[in-house]
Amino acid sequence: MEQLLSAEYIVSILLSGISLGGQLALIAIGYTMVYGILRLINFAHGDVFMVAGLLGIYISAALPMYIAIPVVIALTIGLGFFIERAAYKPLREAPRMSVMISAIGVSYLLQNTATYITGGQPMTYPAIDALTRTVSIAGASTKLVVIITPILVVVLIVLLTTLINHTKIGMAMRAVSKDFETSRLMGIKINNVISMTFVIGSGLAVVGSILYFTTYPAITPTAGAMPGLKSFVAAVFGGIGSIPGAVIGAFLIGICETIIKGLPSSWNVSVFSDAFTFALLIVILTCKPTGLFGEKATDKV
Amino acid sequence: MRKTKHTGRSLLAVAGLLLVIILLENISSWIPGLPAVFAPTSQLFTVLKKGAVYSLVAVSMNLLNGFTGLFSLGQAGFMLLGAYTYAILTVPMASKDQVYYLFGGSAVKFSLVDLFQSLFGNTGFGGYLSLICAVLVGILFAGLVAALFAALIGTPVLRLKSDYLAIATLGFAEILRAIFQWQTLGPITNGANMLKSFPTFADFNIRNGAGQVVLRLSTFVPFLAAIICIALIVLLIHSSYGRAFKAIRDDEVAAEAMGISLFKHKMLSFVISSFFSGVGGALFAMYVANAQAKAFTSTMTYEILLIVVIGGIGSISGSVIGTFLYVACSEWWLRFLDAETYIGSFKVPLLRSGFRMVVFSVVIMIIVLFFSKGIMGDKELSWAGIGGLLKKRRPKKKTPAGKEG
Repeated sequence: MEQLLSAEYIVSILLSGISLGGQLALIAIGYTMVYGILRLINFAHGDVFMVAGLLGIYISAALPMYIAIPVVIALTIGLGFFIERAAYKPLREAPRMSVMISAIGVSYLLQNTATYITGGQPMTYPAIDALTRTVSIAGASTKLVVIITPILVVVLIVLLTTLINHTKIGMAMRAVSKDFETSRLMGIKINNVISMTFVIGSGLAVVGSILYFTTYPAITPTAGAMPGLKSFVAAVFGGIGSIPGAVIGAFLIGICETIIKGLPSSWNVSVFSDAFTFALLIVILTCKPTGLFGEKATDKV
Repeated sequence: MRKTKHTGRSLLAVAGLLLVIILLENISSWIPGLPAVFAPTSQLFTVLKKGAVYSLVAVSMNLLNGFTGLFSLGQAGFMLLGAYTYAILTVPMASKDQVYYLFGGSAVKFSLVDLFQSLFGNTGFGGYLSLICAVLVGILFAGLVAALFAALIGTPVLRLKSDYLAIATLGFAEILRAIFQWQTLGPITNGANMLKSFPTFADFNIRNGAGQVVLRLSTFVPFLAAIICIALIVLLIHSSYGRAFKAIRDDEVAAEAMGISLFKHKMLSFVISSFFSGVGGALFAMYVANAQAKAFTSTMTYEILLIVVIGGIGSISGSVIGTFLYVACSEWWLRFLDAETYIGSFKVPLLRSGFRMVVFSVVIMIIVLFFSKGIMGDKELSWAGIGGLLKKRRPKKKTPAGKEG
């Protein structure tokens, strides 16, 4: 108990919670943007995140890190773009459930392909010195990534908000998410806007995956599923379609999860770290389905 | 008049199918020297057993997703409840200490197996009767527990629509999985460890005094159970309740305007579907001979959903055909894709462990994208339809017992 209440312990838990939250936030933005525009839970997004991790392993083995990272980012963005074109675009006029089933199919395909390529072996992410170096804050020693993550998240979000609020493509995105049909009538090229959404979502997911997997013991083909679902919950919590909402939701989930994992092992509650997220989801859906900052949407309940 | 004739024919077909299963299972011991595919260890029987279990689960998912239009992804959770309920109730007293050795024995101080054995004895016919009773009661409880849980979460969850319902039910399944892995409940659920030693399909093989198998029934039993349950679901769908479900699926507002109570019927469909998923979970535990929470992941739900999609959303026979095709391909026919193959000294490229599932998921994506109606669409196999085809009785039977091998 004394060890639990020591300042260092609390600081280190909070720091890693914020770090995890930041990583989840980067995935959650992808979910919330896609949902805002397509009304689709992109179940494959978590797996894109996992694929980004695997690409990181394979490419950094062949190329130096400063080249590898841009290559991984480019490849993953390409993957996100390709998934949208191949699996979601043909179903644009189909019922919403068909698109969701297609997303589940893509997720299944990505997981199975990852199993095939890795041979089912857990893969270890390469150590990126700039991220894994140990530093000490307020007496708690921690990895540098824990400090970098929240800063990077804030920077990226500022950039993204600027993009959405002050550029033409951002305006188009806002229009499409408000009203799909009308914006099409207004001459917005819907498909370009949707592709752009997937590009941004995948791009943020790669950054998230680099930050997430450097501190993670190993990547398995299912490693993306749980962070993916959690990020989606974060997006729902913050109000789906709202980027600041998703970020706040992600930080909350990240911190709560780390706290639950950090509770004494004799309580046996660490198994609930994932379940907590879903309990939160159900509470949100039943009490305030629009989430923290969500707009009033009538088709939710 | 026509209807009774068809019912008669269907019953006859089912009886014929069950007979064929018993024959298939035992033919290798009656006639020696048959091809290896008929041996009891053959993939054929894995496919038949797993197919029977999965077809029940797929049909129960279809009842909800295809017939009532409620897109639920909680299937694995309800199966988990069923599997654990069955396992907890039927682990024999004699095995409890060994199964629960980490927790110093079980907190459940009775076992259905011992209960019925004390009534009917544990040898010969009495032993068999007590096995049947224990399994039956266990499966029934498995379904009831799943149904009860569905009734509890139904009120909040069924208010949600489409994808929100999906994600909420998925969430409940994940919560259940965590609860059943919780070490504090270890004396009941055995924590994260597996439950085993409970009666499985193999226990139904009839043995003589010397312990040799006289009559194999280990494939017959899951078939019988699945057929009874699916028949009940079919009856439900053909009843006035079933028509109300379909009305809700097609147009909620119109259905409500016609006086159908939305909540009541959605709840009914949800509870009944969960009941059969629970039963399916119990059968699944019997099939794999263990119950472990980590097996019932969302991937399992996705797998079942994809089966339903392949078969056709809204078609019972489609789900059954889809299941057997899916299971046969994944467990048997596509196995060669996983083996490194040489033709002469030429190594066939790409073939190695895991390739089967890649091919498989590509095929699924093609079905989802280009043949979104699946095999059957929302139509059912009918006698008229089959009459138009070959004089095969039921393609469902043809699939698992196919000419391959």
